Amino acid sequence: MTDKFDKTPADEPPADSTVSKGAFTPPEQIKAIPVRHWGRWISGVVVVALLGLLVYSFSQGDINWDTVGSFIFDDRILAGMGNTVLISVLSMLIGLILGVVFAVMRLSKNPVTGAVAWLYIWFFRGTPVFVQLLLWFNLALIFPVLNFGFYKDETVDVMTPFVVALLGLGLNEGAYMAEIVRAGIQSVDEGQSEASHALGMPAGKTMRRIVLPQAMRVIVPPTGNEFINLLKTSSLVSAVQYTELLRAATNIGSTSFAVMEMLLVASVWYLALTSVFSVGQFYVERYYARGSLRQLPPTPWQKVKANMLSLTSPRGV
Amino acid sequence: MTAMVKAEGVHKSYGPAHILKGIDLEVAPREVFCLIGPSGSGKSTFLRCINHLEKVSAGRLSVDGELVGYRQKGDKLYELKDSEVALKRRDIGMVFQRFNLFPHMTAIENVMEAPIQVRGEAKAVARARAEQLLDRVGLSDKARSYPSQLSGGQQQRVAIARALAMEPKLMLFDEPTSALDPELVGDVLDVMRGLAEDGMTMIVVTHEMGFAREVGDALVFMDDGVVVESGHPRDVLTNPQHDRTKSFLSKVL
Repeated sequence: MTDKFDKTPADEPPADSTVSKGAFTPPEQIKAIPVRHWGRWISGVVVVALLGLLVYSFSQGDINWDTVGSFIFDDRILAGMGNTVLISVLSMLIGLILGVVFAVMRLSKNPVTGAVAWLYIWFFRGTPVFVQLLLWFNLALIFPVLNFGFYKDETVDVMTPFVVALLGLGLNEGAYMAEIVRAGIQSVDEGQSEASHALGMPAGKTMRRIVLPQAMRVIVPPTGNEFINLLKTSSLVSAVQYTELLRAATNIGSTSFAVMEMLLVASVWYLALTSVFSVGQFYVERYYARGSLRQLPPTPWQKVKANMLSLTSPRGV
Repeated sequence: MTAMVKAEGVHKSYGPAHILKGIDLEVAPREVFCLIGPSGSGKSTFLRCINHLEKVSAGRLSVDGELVGYRQKGDKLYELKDSEVALKRRDIGMVFQRFNLFPHMTAIENVMEAPIQVRGEAKAVARARAEQLLDRVGLSDKARSYPSQLSGGQQQRVAIARALAMEPKLMLFDEPTSALDPELVGDVLDVMRGLAEDGMTMIVVTHEMGFAREVGDALVFMDDGVVVESGHPRDVLTNPQHDRTKSFLSKVL
């Protein structure tokens, strides 16, 4: 793992003898006729033509684009979108916490916690999230009254659409996150925890300070993926009466006979949301890559600045 | 004077694999004690037993007069809690063949980590000491570099500084130069030589016979889980008594 880093370039520039003598003249550049890539031209034209056909057919379709435009910033749509973001972020938080807990349980030496974690993952990953949502939704059919001993209430009062959505999505997400976190923890070299133990760091601190930060590099990319997935899966909770983006859009669509238009409105917002969170993911990944890459990838802003510099200075610094 | 490390009939087995078959040895304070032998002979395993990264299967192993991993009360042995083991490890520094620096921390953060997290030192105090230690291993200009930006030899020197930051009374070196390019070995050995001159007790598993001869106070040749021959490095290396020692040395010297 470390071998490939052994040949770190020294701090000083390479002592090339021709350079240091100051009499260096660059050799004459090769002048040759470049190969013509006819295939690229043809495939490019074909793809553009097909795209054009697609755009054309949509423009001919019976879609009222003005309706799409007028409903994009409708209050009901915006409220639905707020609910989508809220339920997604909260479910992801629950998923993250459960994921770390169950991953650590599954990796622990205690066979009981290991088995319980396995069971949890087996059930919540093995059944469709839609079925799980319906199970929570219909909980009152088998438990009319919830009784925790210290707290007692009618099930229908506790299980509001919001709670059903949160439990359904969060518990499902936790099972997936547990596997992702476990993979991350296991990807960290054993020598890391050994070195930490040898310094006298106890197990908990070793996990928090040494193992998890390194596991994050493996955990973050699939977690971003999970979140974007969750953002879209959250549309399923419209089936349990929670008014998120899709439900808000279809509600309007069914009353104003603009079904397709409202679905397009929802699509636009889903695309906007996933785009925004993808940008966030880039920065989180960049943060956890520190130390593992010699040169961090430039942020878009840094790229812009570099391009500006190369425009003003003659030889692109 | 009590021995810094004392092993009496130490055995270690993993299931059916019997790695250590009764090791007896004693390391005096301020001594540089070298362990040599072919790979698979159990030298690294023995070293890892000393700070309880491996559990001893039989026999007694003590550091500075205290049993490793157990507490004795009357005739009974009680296993130590993880926190008690961690407490004892503070006094034993370890340097690994593959460095095992924390890659998400800079060199100086690597050195500061244990003093802050384990001893609860203030950040400024830990930083000042870490700067001193990096200076001592000749890397004060690399304090803000990440391990991936350092050469193998530089990484190993940071690893030594990291171990020294806990002010150990005993340092364990597990083949510290085996993963290095030949030209980088010298820098690491120089740092170790300096430590020896300052009177640090060191147990060094190594293939560097030159270092063992120059710096070592005692040397043990191990093969197949037993101590085959021991004595002063000069005597063992130049005039080995045992056939297995002779054949091993003829291959590595």
